[in-house]
Amino acid sequence: MQITTPAFRENSVRALNDPQLQKALGNVEKGFVAKRAAAKAALPEFEALRDQARAIKTHTLAHLDLYLEAYEAKVKTAGGHVHWAESAEEARRIILDICRKAKARTVTKGKSMITEEINLNDYLAENGIEPVETDLGEYIIQLRQEHPSHIIAPAIHLNKEQVEEDFRRVHTHLPETRDLSEPVALLSEARAVLRERYFAADVGITGANFLIAETGSSVIVTNEGNGDLTQTLGKVHVVVASIEKVVPTLEDCAGILRLLARSATGQDMSVYTTFSTGPRRAEDPDGPGEYHVVLIDNGRTAMLGSEFEEMLRCIRCGACMNHCPVYHAVGGHAYGSVYPGPMGAVLTPSLNGIRIAGHLPNASTFCGRCESVCPMKIPLPKMMRHWREREFEKHLAPAASRYGLGIWAFFARRPTLYRLASRLGIRLLALLGGEKRRLSRLPLAGGWTDHRDLPAPEGESFVAAFNRSRGA
Amino acid sequence: MDSRSAILSKIRATRKMEGDDAARRATVAERLARPVSGIIPARGQIGPEERIALFLDMIGKAGATHERLPQIADVPSAAARYLRERNLPAHLRKGADPRLAAAGWETEPALALLAGASDGQDLAAISHAECAIAETGTLMLLSGPDNPVTLTFLPEHHLVVIPADAVHGDMERALARLRAIHGKGEMPRTVNFVSGPSRSADIEQTILLGAHGPRALHVLVVG
Amino acid sequence: MTMNESRNPEGPRIGLFATCLVDLFRPSVGFSAVKLLEEAGCRVEVPMAQTCCGQPAYNSGDRADARDLARQVITVFEGFDYVVAPSGSCAAMLKVHYPELFEGDAVWKKRAEAFAEKVFELVSFLVDIRKLERVSARLDGSVTYHDSCSGLRELGIAAQPRALLGSVEGLALKEMKDSDVCCGFGGTFCVKYSDISNAIVSKKMANIDASGADLLLAGDMGCLMNMAGKLKREGSSVAVRHVAEVLAGMTEQPPIAGTTPKGGR
Repeated sequence: MQITTPAFRENSVRALNDPQLQKALGNVEKGFVAKRAAAKAALPEFEALRDQARAIKTHTLAHLDLYLEAYEAKVKTAGGHVHWAESAEEARRIILDICRKAKARTVTKGKSMITEEINLNDYLAENGIEPVETDLGEYIIQLRQEHPSHIIAPAIHLNKEQVEEDFRRVHTHLPETRDLSEPVALLSEARAVLRERYFAADVGITGANFLIAETGSSVIVTNEGNGDLTQTLGKVHVVVASIEKVVPTLEDCAGILRLLARSATGQDMSVYTTFSTGPRRAEDPDGPGEYHVVLIDNGRTAMLGSEFEEMLRCIRCGACMNHCPVYHAVGGHAYGSVYPGPMGAVLTPSLNGIRIAGHLPNASTFCGRCESVCPMKIPLPKMMRHWREREFEKHLAPAASRYGLGIWAFFARRPTLYRLASRLGIRLLALLGGEKRRLSRLPLAGGWTDHRDLPAPEGESFVAAFNRSRGA
Repeated sequence: MDSRSAILSKIRATRKMEGDDAARRATVAERLARPVSGIIPARGQIGPEERIALFLDMIGKAGATHERLPQIADVPSAAARYLRERNLPAHLRKGADPRLAAAGWETEPALALLAGASDGQDLAAISHAECAIAETGTLMLLSGPDNPVTLTFLPEHHLVVIPADAVHGDMERALARLRAIHGKGEMPRTVNFVSGPSRSADIEQTILLGAHGPRALHVLVVG
Repeated sequence: MTMNESRNPEGPRIGLFATCLVDLFRPSVGFSAVKLLEEAGCRVEVPMAQTCCGQPAYNSGDRADARDLARQVITVFEGFDYVVAPSGSCAAMLKVHYPELFEGDAVWKKRAEAFAEKVFELVSFLVDIRKLERVSARLDGSVTYHDSCSGLRELGIAAQPRALLGSVEGLALKEMKDSDVCCGFGGTFCVKYSDISNAIVSKKMANIDASGADLLLAGDMGCLMNMAGKLKREGSSVAVRHVAEVLAGMTEQPPIAGTTPKGGR
């Protein structure tokens, strides 16, 4: 996808002024937050499970090389193939190669953020292979040539009228008079159209929520069952996963699964959780004849050992963006990157560089709601602050903000000067505020006074007044 | 250097602080050889009948229907009745599961049984689950000739038989069952944990059943 | 005033960290804090050498300046029995983030950790440490309370202000929807991304209005100035005060926005 993160400010203004989008974003605030809260409330062990999940991933990352080796060995024993890719480009080439060997003309795809990250669809299409997204949300945005605006609800930015319009535009073989006014009609139509595509596809590509070292299994979690049809009906199943998806054992996976769906959609468990190991066995009547896993680094190893290592615990549940006031305001596309919301604000600078993604870790109020709901207890605000530090060190922060901050810090470090300067400042502001005690326009403070007044100071310093009153 | 070695050596370069290599290997080998269960929610740690009630309540909330049958021999008539009541053709796809095979289908001569994997044309199929998990209202099905995986995803109606004594409290017990059948560290091609009929909320967050998989999941608890 | 330092000679010695916004914009909050602390049996001092906790620098990625300011605050305040601030966000800076700032500096980290032990936000200090169960204030009117983010999520402040507000005679607490959701202030965020900040505070305005309360309270001047500024711009009649002003019964000073509900004293 085209990364438009440098235009975050312009993107967000456009988003704020898009009534259609604002209406759709209401669904995030209304739905996900209450459902997660109810699921958490119904499970007294929830907080303890978060600590346990953090410990599992921390342990795994500390031994990541060894768990990856163990995982690879088990996949091979089960008759699967493991491919390693350092970069997105290498991963794309490996996948294309597998598709070509399978003489694939179309591939079906289960929902996967990593294939968005490596820009797989465009690459396959450029090379004459048609990728077909099968998750309903992904299918809709593929028709619109858009990218997911949310990592688990890719079409959350759309309303049903928009989907109807797209279906009428693309499904021209169906009668024009059909009624598509209700979501259920849209779903049935997509189901019928995609059914044919599953059977026609030569290769099925899925992501993985987990890779299990103990058994060599890949795990997908879905509600629609599209991922299962994708990986069962194709001749070849390709699993695309980044290296941090590995967990040691089945029990470790079970422990984190207890948090995933609850944090994501508020379900106790998603409808389909599938552990896949190798290709179909000799006696199996169905399943893919080949099983490939493409393990991707694409920037992960650079995060290991850095202040961003903890980000590699992320299980992509979307709880951070579901609870983010900034995401609620502007939606996922404004971020202009593959991963939106708080997790994207930490991950995107790692993947695309802080020069390009500088806005994202800055566009946060540090309200901390993301961290408070993160099932893996990732300190997202802390890591956003680390990105701001990197930016500050590299002198990438805007000059005005550096300059203003510098002047302020100069005085703050000199209490006596600070007292003098601030006394003058507050008297001036108090005078300017007048009887209404408010300032509606202030030079250099347009960011504040564009939208709100500045309450005027009372006119005296508390510290000075208190000490005077006590005769100090 | 090939990409595999490059990635692994980059990881190792950052993992030096984690102790010497032999100790790290021993830690990993131990964890993989003897998996340890973590926190198990108290919710499922209840008596057998309460477990079944919890399981049915949970999966029911996800949109599944259910009935309780005294014995496996009651399955054929229950399946035939299910199809009849929904005006579905008397066709049922079924794998080679010996437990299902022994149910005595000859008592329902009008019911046509189709064997093997589904080709997508079936309206209904029946599978035998290996066990169920009360904690989350989940069925565990294992792929293979006994219960082909396509039966779980292609038909519009999926009937699943689960013996009452195979309804466990938690996922860890289901995993233990898996190890008992296939051996430690070994797995069938797929293990399918199913917690309701297929659904989607991708259009305006409205929950709709029957996205790509079955529109209806009917659980037959036997015993 | 006849207060003097010999009040509560046996009580713990408190260094009041006023915070720069209270110091410069809203001295009433500082005087309210002093009153509440003294009523709770404390000896209160307000060191002249205090300026700012360093949060603007810290959150802008300027660790060096943040560390300089942290050293200054620690040096001035570490001799007190407790350090109390009428702000969740500044107290969290002192309590949670100072030790993080000195990661890799063993001497200062230890000092920052020892210092952090003594730091509390005002209302939680009164309830959790001084075991205050009620205040003697009166306010005839309805209030709604906004949970400021840092106080709520970094220091666990939610029940304490509500407990004390419950003891204010004549006061009716009308909870707003999403009282725990950010008001869009976020320090420099509200200036750097003013359009997004405005969208967030607009939702907050709607929730405040819907609560039907006459008076909006919170424990952080930053959030209060943001919300008060928006209420004023919109011409709302809802008044705005720091929670300490109401708990101390010191509502003579006009509110930050709006007018005082009748019957306040």
